[in-house]
Order: sequence, then structure tokens, then C-alpha cells
Amino acid sequence: MTRTLYSKLQWKIVVLTLIVTFTPLLLLGVVIYRQFAQMYTEKIKEQIRFRAESRADAVDLFLTERTAILGAIADTDSLRDMTDEAILSRKLAVMNLRAGAFVDLGVIDRNGQQLAYVGPYDLKGKNYFDQPWFEQVMSKGVYISDVYLGFRKLPHFIIAVRRQEQQENWILRATIDPDIFARIVQVGHIGKTGDAFLVSKEGVLQTKPRFSGGILQQAPVNPTLFGKQTMGYEQTGSDRRQTLFAGTWLKAKDWLLVISGDVESDMAELFATRNMQILIIGLGIIAIVATTVFTTRMMVKQLVQTETRMREMDAQLIQADKLAALGKMAAGVAHEINNPLAVILQKTGWLQDLLDEEEFRKSPNREEFGASVKKIEEHVERARKVVHNMLGYARRMEPRLEDVDVNRTINQTVDILENYARNNNIDIQTDLSPNLPIIAGDPAQLQQVILNLVNNAIDAIGRDGTISVKSMADTSQIRIVVADDGPGIPEAMQKKVFDPFFTTKSTGKGTGLGLWISYSIVEKMGGSLALQSRENQGAAFTITLPIVQPASK
Amino acid sequence: MQEPNILVVDDEGDFLETLMNRLKKRKIATAGCGSGEEALRLVKETAFDVVVLDIKMPGGMDGIQALREIKKIRPDTEVILLTGHASIETSMEGMQLGAYDYLLKPIKLEDLLEKLAQALERKGTAAHRAQSDAIRKLVKKE
Repeated sequence: MTRTLYSKLQWKIVVLTLIVTFTPLLLLGVVIYRQFAQMYTEKIKEQIRFRAESRADAVDLFLTERTAILGAIADTDSLRDMTDEAILSRKLAVMNLRAGAFVDLGVIDRNGQQLAYVGPYDLKGKNYFDQPWFEQVMSKGVYISDVYLGFRKLPHFIIAVRRQEQQENWILRATIDPDIFARIVQVGHIGKTGDAFLVSKEGVLQTKPRFSGGILQQAPVNPTLFGKQTMGYEQTGSDRRQTLFAGTWLKAKDWLLVISGDVESDMAELFATRNMQILIIGLGIIAIVATTVFTTRMMVKQLVQTETRMREMDAQLIQADKLAALGKMAAGVAHEINNPLAVILQKTGWLQDLLDEEEFRKSPNREEFGASVKKIEEHVERARKVVHNMLGYARRMEPRLEDVDVNRTINQTVDILENYARNNNIDIQTDLSPNLPIIAGDPAQLQQVILNLVNNAIDAIGRDGTISVKSMADTSQIRIVVADDGPGIPEAMQKKVFDPFFTTKSTGKGTGLGLWISYSIVEKMGGSLALQSRENQGAAFTITLPIVQPASK
Repeated sequence: MQEPNILVVDDEGDFLETLMNRLKKRKIATAGCGSGEEALRLVKETAFDVVVLDIKMPGGMDGIQALREIKKIRPDTEVILLTGHASIETSMEGMQLGAYDYLLKPIKLEDLLEKLAQALERKGTAAHRAQSDAIRKLVKKE
């Protein structure tokens, strides 16, 4: 019952402690992680947005520069000069020398007819009147095309400027090297998994992304989602990978420059931090659980021990109280009984005296009377002994303080009983520690206790057995153990053995006072007398005496 | 030979009467009374050889007080204390006050006779020694 109670208490303490400890720990972990993750994500988004903006500026500058050079070339020369392919070729060389990235250069008249062409493709004499860009450039004056395949059947885009020379309109058109352009765009990517590419407002890729998709394919982002400002957003792909996108519309052309970053790789550091945090919290939890369970167990164990000790002390106190009360009662009872006994004894004596007189000598019942009187005297004597033993206890309330050599006392006692024991074929073995200190006490009383115990042991064995008497000492106490291999004492009787008048011996053989007196004597000496026994496994009485140093003389 | 002159003091009438009868039957002149006060009166009148005195008696004067007074009146009178209560302190106090010895109730007649013999012997006179010897013979017979 008590055990379940303590077990319940233990678990209550453990659970409460864990709740109180874990709640703030986990809360703190989650809050800190969320804050940190939010800041980190913000930082990465900011970085991507910044990249998109700066890269857009660079691409804008590239396009504006190329457009300006083309315009300047167109403005400085006449159509007549420009149709000279040698001159045109020189112009292309100068343009590439100063700015670069021009693949070819063509001069086209207002009917779309290419008048002159320098470049790697065979485009001389082609008519561009039906090309969508042709109309644009004729109306706007300057035009940057989307990427298209054109006559060369390769993805490219062109910059074209219109020149008005007197009544004549003509166009100078250049193709931009798609590789160089793509490189300029891609420089904007971040990290190992980041990407940078251009998307037309229709959502068609204008440069090749680093990893997936090709030029002129559908872009992984929807450009209509991006406003005028640089904007970022997060998108979960089909493979459940999260990608961050940031886009800026160019100024020179309605193209969206997109910078993308893989959340997982960009956040790798954050995830490492998170894992470390989880590990630390995990280890902390294990440590807390272990410590809590351990300390609670220890505490409960202490509690149980304290309670057991208190119970034992209570039992001892009750026993001591009982014996003290009995001691007082014994003295009173002894007096009350002794007086009538004294009268009875005198009366029987008187009867005896009268029986000796002449008139009774002849009485036929004289023998019978005499025998009865003798019996009465015998039983008065028995009662007298019981009372004297009780009085003996009362008289022994104050022990004398002398030097006691415990081993010597044991040896003397064993000597007294050895003959008696041998007659019953009982062997008394002694095992005495040679290091016992001399203590202050009453040797006669101690002898009486040992005598009682050994005597009881002999009576318990009856015939054929062994009694062992041992002495041992530690720093604060001496122990004397008297053990026998007799029938032992049943558990039900063990509590009663120290009670007065409790005896298992036949009537007239034992008064039942020996252990009671022994117990009291040992208590008076500041020690204790305890019994360990099991039925059929003998009994052992242990006297524990405190080591009280004799006063120096 | 003159009989020894003994006074027995005990509040227990049955005990007193029977003991007196038994002593008288053995030719020991015995007076008796049931209280300390009466004992003192008798002691003033007669010089008893030995007074057998119960320690615990009801009334104003117990055995120890009586002993003190008796010893004041007749220092030569030997006193043997009787007690049903083995209080060693009381008995020791009695011995210090000059009691010859004490006996624990219930007493056997031979024990009392032995103590009486010893007490008489201690008195030292030839008459007392003769009384003592006579009593010792009685003890042997018992």
C-alpha cells in the first residue's frame, strides 16, 4: 500500500518537474528558432532582391550602350557608305573593339530589303518586311527585339535603329551575341544552386537558365505576378523543393530579370543551426529526464528509509514505555503479593508446628495434613521466586558503572553453563573479537543477560546442538550475538518474547521474566537487544552496546 | 536460661499473631504490636533484645522513623527490618541508621531465627551468647 503511494508520489514529482522544465525549454527553442528563421529568410530574400535589381541595372546598361553605339554609327555615315560592305565590316570591327558582343551588322532599306550584311550567316539579300521587329523599328526608331529564330534558325535577338537621311529611311540592325549576353545575365546568380535569367512579358525565356529549361521555352515564373518594383516570392516546385524568386523589369526592354535561389541550399546554414538546436534540446531533455528520475528516486528512497526508521523507533519507544510502566507496576504488585504470601507462609509454618504436637501425632490424617502443608509451602516458595525476580528487576533499575571487559564476562558466563550444556550434548562455541575496548557498565548485569540468553538457547535446543557466542566491535558499538541451532521462534511469537511472563517453557520451569529483564538491563546500558529467528532455523539474539569510555581514574 | 526478649512490629495482624505464636512455641519471649507509635511506647517500657520491624506501615510512623526513635531510646537494641518491597535504598538507609540487617518478606522462620541468633551473638554478653546458641539449635531442628 505504502509502496504504491510512494511510487505514485515519485511519478507525480517526475511528471510535474518535467512539465515545468520542458515547457519553457521547448517554447524558448521554438520561439528562438522561428525568430531566427524569419530573420534569415528575410536576409536571403533581401539578398536576392538586391541581386535582381543590380543585375537589371547592369543588363540595362549593356543594352543602352549597344543601342547608343548602333545609333551613333548609323548617324555618322550615309546609306551609300554603309552599303559598302568593306566599310560596314570595319564599323562592326570598331563596334566590337569598343563595346563587343555584336555578332553581325546589316543595313536594310525601307522596304525591308537587306542592302548590306557582314557577319557569319548568309543573310545577304533577305527581305525583313514581314518580320515583326521591322514594323516596330520603322515606327519607333529604335527597337530591341525579343529572342527569335529568324532566317538563321538560331535563337538570337537584335537591336535596330532607323536613320532618316533626307527623304530616305533606312535601318541599321545588329545581332547581339547570345552567349555573351547570357553570361552577363547569369553573373547575377547566387550560390551553387542559384540561377539568373531573362523572361519576356509573355513568359518566354530570353536567356538560357543554368540548370533547367532552354531559351525560348516557357519560364518557370509567371511574369504577370511581378509589379513595377523589384519583387520576390516563394514557390514550391513539383519536386517539393522551395525556390525563392526575385524579378526586376528592365528599363531598356520589357524583359524581366529573374534571380532564383533554392531555399534549401541557401538555408543550409539555418537548417544546420536548427539541427544543432534540436540536438542540444534533445540532449538537454535526456539529461533532465535522467536527473529528475534519479533525484526523485533517491528522495523517495530516503523518505521510505526515514519512515521505516521512524516506525522502528516508535516501536522501540512503545516497548520501552511498556516495560517502564510494567517495572513500576511490578514493584507495587510485589509488595501487595508478598504480604499475603508472608501470612500464608507463617500460617503453614504454624500448622506444621501444631501437627508436631502430641494430640495430632496420633491423628490418622496427620500425614495427609503434613503433605498438604508442604505443598502449600512449595507453591508459596514458587510465587515468592516470581515476585523476587520482579523485585530483582525493580531493584536493578540503576546499574553501577564499572569497567566491563565484555569478552571476559562472556567467558565467565560460558564457564558457568558449560557443564550443564555438555550434559545435554550441546557445544558452546565462542568467537570473540580480540579488539574489544573496555567499556563502562555493570558487569554483573551484563553477565545476567548473557546467562539468560545462553540458558534459553540450551533450553530451546534441548539435546544435541550448537550454541555460538560471538563478539565484535566497530567504532561506536560492541555487538554480542548468541545464536543457537534450535527450533527457532515462530514469527507470531517474536513480538512477545520480551514481554514479561511470556514463556514457552513448561509451568514451573520458567518465569517468563528472563528476556524481559535482559531487555531492560541492555536498554539501561544504552544499548538494544534484538531477535532474528526463523522457524526451524534457530534463533539469534544480538546485544548492541554503545562504547562508553570508562571515566579516567 | 532466660528467654530472649523479642518485639515484633507489623501492621498485618495475621502475620504478627502467627509469627508471635511460632516464636513463643520455641520458647522465645515475644511481644508484638501493629504500629510504630505503639512500638516506641513498648520500647520505652521494656528493654527488648531484638526488635523485628516492618518497614512499610500505614499511619504516621513507618519502620524507618520508628527505627530512628528506637535507636535514640535504646541504642543497644538490635533491629531487624522486614520488607515486602525490595527497595534497596530504603534498606540501605535502615542499615545506615543502625539496623542489624533486613529480611525480605515472605520470610522463612529459620531465616528469621538465624538472623536473631546472629543479632544476639553480636550483643556479646554470655547470656546473649547462650540464647544465640539455643536459637541456632532450633534452626538446625527446623
